[in-house]
Amino acid sequence: MSQTANRVTTPAIERGRLTWSGVSLSLHAVLIYLFLYLPILVLIIFSFTRDAFGVRWTGFTLDWYVRLFNDERLMGASVNTLLVASVSTLVSTILGTLMAMAMERYQFRGREGVEALIYLPVVVPEIVMAVALLAFSALVFDLINALTGQVLRRNLTTVTIAHIAFNMSFVVVVVRTSLRHFDRRLEEAAADLGADSWQTFWRVTFPLILPGIIGGALMAFTLSLDDFVISLFLSGPGTSLLPVEVYSRVRRAITPEINAISTLMLLLSITLVLLSQLLQRRR
Amino acid sequence: MRLYWPSEQGSAASSSCKRTKEECRLAFDLIERTRVQRDRRNLMALLLPGLLWLLLFFALPLLIILLYSFIVSGPRGNLIWQATVGNYTDLFTRAIYLNAYLRSIWISLLTTLICLLLGYPLALFIVRQPPHVRTLLLFLVLIPFWTNFLVRIYAWQIILANNGLINSSLRALGFAPIQLLNTEGATLIGLVYGDLPFMVLPLYAAIDRFDFTLMEAAADLGASRRQAFLRVMVPLTMPGIVAGSVLVFIPTLGQFVVSELLGGAKVDYLGNLIQRLFLRSNPPNWPLGSAMAIVMMLLLLAFILWYFRISREEDR
Repeated sequence: MSQTANRVTTPAIERGRLTWSGVSLSLHAVLIYLFLYLPILVLIIFSFTRDAFGVRWTGFTLDWYVRLFNDERLMGASVNTLLVASVSTLVSTILGTLMAMAMERYQFRGREGVEALIYLPVVVPEIVMAVALLAFSALVFDLINALTGQVLRRNLTTVTIAHIAFNMSFVVVVVRTSLRHFDRRLEEAAADLGADSWQTFWRVTFPLILPGIIGGALMAFTLSLDDFVISLFLSGPGTSLLPVEVYSRVRRAITPEINAISTLMLLLSITLVLLSQLLQRRR
Repeated sequence: MRLYWPSEQGSAASSSCKRTKEECRLAFDLIERTRVQRDRRNLMALLLPGLLWLLLFFALPLLIILLYSFIVSGPRGNLIWQATVGNYTDLFTRAIYLNAYLRSIWISLLTTLICLLLGYPLALFIVRQPPHVRTLLLFLVLIPFWTNFLVRIYAWQIILANNGLINSSLRALGFAPIQLLNTEGATLIGLVYGDLPFMVLPLYAAIDRFDFTLMEAAADLGASRRQAFLRVMVPLTMPGIVAGSVLVFIPTLGQFVVSELLGGAKVDYLGNLIQRLFLRSNPPNWPLGSAMAIVMMLLLLAFILWYFRISREEDR
């Protein structure tokens, strides 16, 4: 990389590392990383404390984790969350991958408009998207009620539809990068050797962009697991999702049980990020 | 191996082509047209499902709240289909809403500034490391970015609570405990903590592109380190600064979780008001909440346009 070359040809910058500013930069970095990771560490540690308030260390126990698995509300919310995340990941990955192919490979009128529409969900504040979808679902339910007399309520389906809408944009972004690095001559070679476009896609294109697709899917899954705002607005009564359940308990008090479920949520997302990074590195 | 030109290979065909040039052109047009049609069909098959989803479940809902923001809310929270701009005039004349705007913009600016001051030196530090260390350090910034925001904010409760980590340490050392949780300071800490990764990543990208020999050039021309930094490095890394600022400012403007969990919901920010108007208040007031959301969108669009203007100026 050119930056490496810069570094080699600028000994003053290299020497700069030993100067006062170099030392203070390192110190600053250490403090920032502490700032970023200390709370996470504290949370993990205090999920093992005996203290019933979950804020003091009074000895090691695994009780809270056991209690967690016997808590039907939390377990039900976890199952709901995993279900919503799986379905929304599957749909958004398929739709997002198709869209990424269209955006990378075709020129068409209104392309810029589509581009804006894809990126907008990434930048619009979550709460705006949440209230918009809430208003929309209420309107649609009213219409259905007026037309057919059926009374519908917000449930896991409404949350899933909303999650697909915001996950898709992230999938498109990730898959597009992997399509951009793709050597299109491979497809031409396949076509020259007699493969039709269907065969070319499944035997050449798809295997080569698969790491990108899986990376996008893992990202969508993580986003869906972690989403709180849209879930809060769109899940109906009796269909609790894990972040919403945690939020309603946290507002009441700190408990070691919440520390335990939070620890599990953190570890799950960290595992997923590690996986997606490894896959994208391979690309 | 010899490559044949079409004329050598199929001289009969080409001569026949000469004979009926018009026919050939028509045949070629037909092939071209079917190819374009097939391409268009493929494009539609790829693009339409996702596009329709986004139009139906993203664009249309936004239009609906735009519409709602111009109608009247009834006494029981029902919608009265009667055009009005009253929601907007309420927002800009009644103190409770105006204050929420000013407070939200103020704390978002403050958060952005602190993230910038903390993030810039960190990004600089990361850029200066050898490649493999750099990857690791960036990854460590990225992890909190992808882990549950709610949970990470909750972790600060354990640290800041009255019987929490800091105060019990203070007590053990013989000092009087201080009120940390449920203060605006706690909100600010939570916001900076939550949004710092959004700032560091674009800053890193910008500083990584920066040519450090320019600093030497500035020094050779007699600039002090400080001058070189302010007049060479800062302007040239401006796209990263602006991108990071936009990425921090946007979620901060709409947040309500941090001010509720760490600030104790003592004062109202925009996000808290919108959430209450839609979900909690009795009666709810969706038109007013919609107007608030729309104004927030407009603020955000202004920021994004500003970003594009700055990055385009940099390209020139």
